[in-house]
Amino acid sequence: MPEMHRTKQARDRYNFLWEWANPVKFMWFSGLALPWLVAATVLTSAIGLIWGFFFTPEAVNFGSSVKIIYVHVPSAMMAISAWFMMLVASLIWLIRRHHVSALAAKAAAPVGTVMTVIALITGAIWGEPMWGTYWAWDPRLTSFLILFLFYLGYMALWGAIEDPDTAADLTSVLAVVGSVFAFLSRYAVNFWNQGLHQGATLSLDKEENIANVYWIPLLFAMAGFGLLFVTLVFIRTRTEIRKRRTHALELRERMADA
Amino acid sequence: MPELGKYAGAVLWSWVATLVLVALLIAMTWMQSRKAKAELEAIEARRKSKES
Amino acid sequence: MIALLARDLRLAIRAGGGFGLGLAFFLIVSVLVPFAVGPEAEVLARIAPGILWVGALLACLLSLDRIFQLDFEDGSLDLLATAPIPMEGTVAVKALAHWITTGLPLVLAAPVFGALMSLDERGYWWIFVTLLIGTPALSMIGAFGAALTVGLKRGGLLLSLLVLPLYIPTLIFGAEAATRGIGGFDNTTPLLMLAGITAAAVALLPFAASAAIRINLR
Repeated sequence: MPEMHRTKQARDRYNFLWEWANPVKFMWFSGLALPWLVAATVLTSAIGLIWGFFFTPEAVNFGSSVKIIYVHVPSAMMAISAWFMMLVASLIWLIRRHHVSALAAKAAAPVGTVMTVIALITGAIWGEPMWGTYWAWDPRLTSFLILFLFYLGYMALWGAIEDPDTAADLTSVLAVVGSVFAFLSRYAVNFWNQGLHQGATLSLDKEENIANVYWIPLLFAMAGFGLLFVTLVFIRTRTEIRKRRTHALELRERMADA
Repeated sequence: MPELGKYAGAVLWSWVATLVLVALLIAMTWMQSRKAKAELEAIEARRKSKES
Repeated sequence: MIALLARDLRLAIRAGGGFGLGLAFFLIVSVLVPFAVGPEAEVLARIAPGILWVGALLACLLSLDRIFQLDFEDGSLDLLATAPIPMEGTVAVKALAHWITTGLPLVLAAPVFGALMSLDERGYWWIFVTLLIGTPALSMIGAFGAALTVGLKRGGLLLSLLVLPLYIPTLIFGAEAATRGIGGFDNTTPLLMLAGITAAAVALLPFAASAAIRINLR
């Protein structure tokens, strides 16, 4: 093997480069981008949320509860987008073996989970005055509950496996298979809910024409949550990369001392 | 504060819950980031002092 | 592959635990539910198909870790990986063995336990049919989950967490097909969906499961 001809110093440099090849670029890029991302997140979120809360009128069927869309819709969108991003990142890991991709998927999971929880809580709170109970197995909320379970399983699997590459592989397989079942579940839940009394579903989406007066601040809010997701995933991925590097150095320390 | 009428509770609680959860997420992300950064810098400092 | 199947079946029956345990658990669920919801025949008859499906599902879950664990621990799984049978075939055979020793007994026992819950007469047929079509999916999906967690020492709880969301579509269509059939309504849609899930799971999941096993064997 060619490594054996090199000095220990040269080998160390080689290992260092090999481990950091992709992560180095990511750390550099994310380090530059973060201040801008944070600024953009704060700006768009503030605009969307403040506008939506203070400067929108009451709606026809919903009264002032329409203002809940500014937290419910963006979080629900992010809950799903986050999972989709994790799916893509998992596929990239499985096919191209870019470590940053695997770590980014791992990093995104908690963010997606919190988004799902927010969607569930705001959905339930909104549902209470609409349906009279906090939970009515509305098909959309039920799908989010199932998504929450998928997130939990994904994070639990990452946590249970010691070897990082094995964990990345297995969680990626889970993400792919899970996505198929998540999609199937959506259809199944819609089917399952047919028999029940159709309460008003919580949606002001494409079916109705949302007046611009609601739609534009909503766009800002959605953009804000989206940027929040990207910002947090960048930070968390940097954390994962650092943890991985620390772990590798610790192993080397232990072997050198032994 | 706008006129929230009978839905005041729902609106306020949902917004509060959202902001609290987002704040917790941001806080945890930030703290984990700082910890990882500190640990990495510590171990790299140890390496440098050993090599020099 | 037949030899592998015969061997797994023999092991399962000899070990005892796997074979009877699922059935016993299923019985326990069928007995406990009436205690929990009261003996009114109407109430029980209404929920019986759902409870039977949940009971069967949980009973399947119990014996899932056996599919690969024993072979993993004593090294046989490594040997099987190098054998002339493709890993996908091994996985499929093991899932089949699980179904024969766990799923099939449940299918046969379910109408009997249904009697404990005042299951309508039409229910005997529909529970039997839906479970017959659906339990292979449960075994195959469960085998996938078991493949993911085979390397873990106490992966049982994690296995349940991973597999249960995957079971939800099967459960929905299976229970719905049974309930509608009992009510005399048209249940072609859920029945077809159930059959579709089973067919797709049996055809496609062996690939995902064998990938997981190969990863775990590295």
